[in-house]
Amino acid sequence: MKVSLFVTCLIDIFQTDVGMDTVELLERLGCEVEFPEKQTCCGQPAYNSGYVDKAKDSMKHMIRVFEQADYVVTPSGSCATMLKEYPHILKDETEWEARAQALANKTYELTQFIVEVLGIEDVGAKLKGTATYHTSCHMTRLLGVKEAPLKLLSHVEGLEMKPLPHNYNCCGFGGTFSVKMTPISEQMVDEKVQSVEEAGADILIGADCGCLMNIGGRIDRKGKPIKVMHIASVLNSR
Amino acid sequence: MAMKIGDKPFKERVSDGINDAFMRGAVASAQGRFRSGRLNAAEELGNWEEWRKLGEEIRSHTIENLDYYLELLSENVIKRGGHVFFAKTAEEANEYITKVVKEKNGKKVVKSKSMVTEEINMNEALERAGCEVIESDLGEWILQVDDHDPPSHIVTPALHKNKEQIRDVFKEKLGYDKTEKPEELALFAREKLREEFLQADIGITGCNFAIAESGTISLVTNEGNARMVTTIPKTQITVMGMERIVPTWEEMEVLVSLLTRAAVGQKLTSYITALTGPRQEGEADGPEEFHLVIVDNGRSNILGTAFQSILHCIRCAACINVCPVYRHVGGHSYGSIYPGPVGAVLTPLLGGYDEYKELPYASTLCAACTEACPVKIPLHEHLLRHRQEIVEKEGKAPVFENLSMKAFSLGTASPAMYNIGSKLAPTALGFFSADDKISKGPGPLKNWTDIRDFPAPKKNRFRDLYKKRQKGGEE
Repeated sequence: MKVSLFVTCLIDIFQTDVGMDTVELLERLGCEVEFPEKQTCCGQPAYNSGYVDKAKDSMKHMIRVFEQADYVVTPSGSCATMLKEYPHILKDETEWEARAQALANKTYELTQFIVEVLGIEDVGAKLKGTATYHTSCHMTRLLGVKEAPLKLLSHVEGLEMKPLPHNYNCCGFGGTFSVKMTPISEQMVDEKVQSVEEAGADILIGADCGCLMNIGGRIDRKGKPIKVMHIASVLNSR
Repeated sequence: MAMKIGDKPFKERVSDGINDAFMRGAVASAQGRFRSGRLNAAEELGNWEEWRKLGEEIRSHTIENLDYYLELLSENVIKRGGHVFFAKTAEEANEYITKVVKEKNGKKVVKSKSMVTEEINMNEALERAGCEVIESDLGEWILQVDDHDPPSHIVTPALHKNKEQIRDVFKEKLGYDKTEKPEELALFAREKLREEFLQADIGITGCNFAIAESGTISLVTNEGNARMVTTIPKTQITVMGMERIVPTWEEMEVLVSLLTRAAVGQKLTSYITALTGPRQEGEADGPEEFHLVIVDNGRSNILGTAFQSILHCIRCAACINVCPVYRHVGGHSYGSIYPGPVGAVLTPLLGGYDEYKELPYASTLCAACTEACPVKIPLHEHLLRHRQEIVEKEGKAPVFENLSMKAFSLGTASPAMYNIGSKLAPTALGFFSADDKISKGPGPLKNWTDIRDFPAPKKNRFRDLYKKRQKGGEE
């Protein structure tokens, strides 16, 4: 199966390991992975700040980049959600709406793709530790992917999963919210870090680099002994 | 009290909220109770999603045909002997209400809970006219006794106060001498309020849903005070926002089922009062005279815009009860009697961006509100829409943000520009990086690094590593 990877700008620039783990994992599961080099960003930073026209420029670029792909897979629930939103945002431009719909139809978040398309729940990963999973908002509420990551994690050998209290509350990232409303964001991320501690986990797993940079950045600043891992890296642990 | 509460700027209000440890504890625990209550009640009802869809259809149809149903309502109220007044503005509404009260030589008004009367600042208008106004909803009464402390929640207005604080307010203002036990506090309030009911000449209520087909107004309460307001005083005035209407009793039943479950996790509240005009011949109770004041106050400007569905709101506060931002800043931070997600959408529409342009940004767009709304209002999409209006139509975005978004657009719409930008990132931020992380960032990054570390950009981007790997080189 041929898969086109949308790696996301955050992973391309900051979390390169997560990108490599995603490639290795998909290949190990029998996919042929290609990386369209002209890809940039899904446009969410501009879109969520109200700069819809500017976001549309990057959206149209992304539609062109992935036009030939069979499947577009991305290790981010939030960016996958944004790609799925394209037809809605471009609804007044008939030609683009149709092209956006075609992209939306073949776009999958990584864990969703593994469980729903490949039909695999045990990827043969091994990782020792006690972990908890952060349910990111866009992935669960807007994309509707709730079970797939938990199913995959439940089969990781050596990994004990603990429930995260108040997992439905946002971590306080919210893109530009994190720098525009820093005092509020701080309270939110502090409560999230506290919940992770209450869960009794030494690893925090998530499927969105934005949330993980936020929670992880706060954990590091506070010097807490909690490791933050993207689910792609967990599933690629052997 | 008008829609606006307090004069402090947004940042100070937020800071006050964050520093109010008690309020935050009370909000967090209330959110927990409301959340589980709502989920249990929804599960018990079954097919919750179908109910929500039905609720959305009813609200959408009604607002789409609002002029027709308002006319029908008005005709039916008049047929039953009531009076109807359409108020374009808050001032018009207050003038009419004051006129009725004066004509009846009213000295004391007793009120049940109503957000729209807060919005139009009715109490103050009546007090200026020399009339005493008594709130009879327990939460509202506590706030009134406490020197008109503003409400911080649309269903439980005194959410930010605990029982010890309430005891102290009663003690200081009314000479209360018992303990902070809720039963004792409630009994004290009940005795005080009973006297007020008996002396009142005029009763003023809000309206949860007006039923167009019969000219009925309905009130959903747990304390029974609204029932007292509609039975004891000789004259009743009901004030409703112009969108608080349903076509028939059938739709009212669906919406009440959604409202009580979404608001407080109850199948039904203790009292649901329906009142059709003044007392008719042969009837035992009800007011001698009935006035319905239908308030526009900016609502019709929302009709026909992309924000129209905010008029579908049934004021259950489910969105407020799940909002992670409200959780930490509390209701007063919003600077409006309408707080939380619904307030962040509605307040700027009614009060303008000059006063309220921060509110649409006081959200992470986590969509918990949209998920909780019993009539499926896409609240987080409306917040996004506000941001778009502020940036594109109003030109009110900060200069720096505007520039960064221009750079963003350049860098993401063209692969060549993206390539240069992302390649330069490690160099540009190199000065600030140590041990793979940035602790003190420049520009907007400073706000990030004030409270958290930021990862340093990698020397080799993912795309560089990938290329090397494809060529068979070392990673």
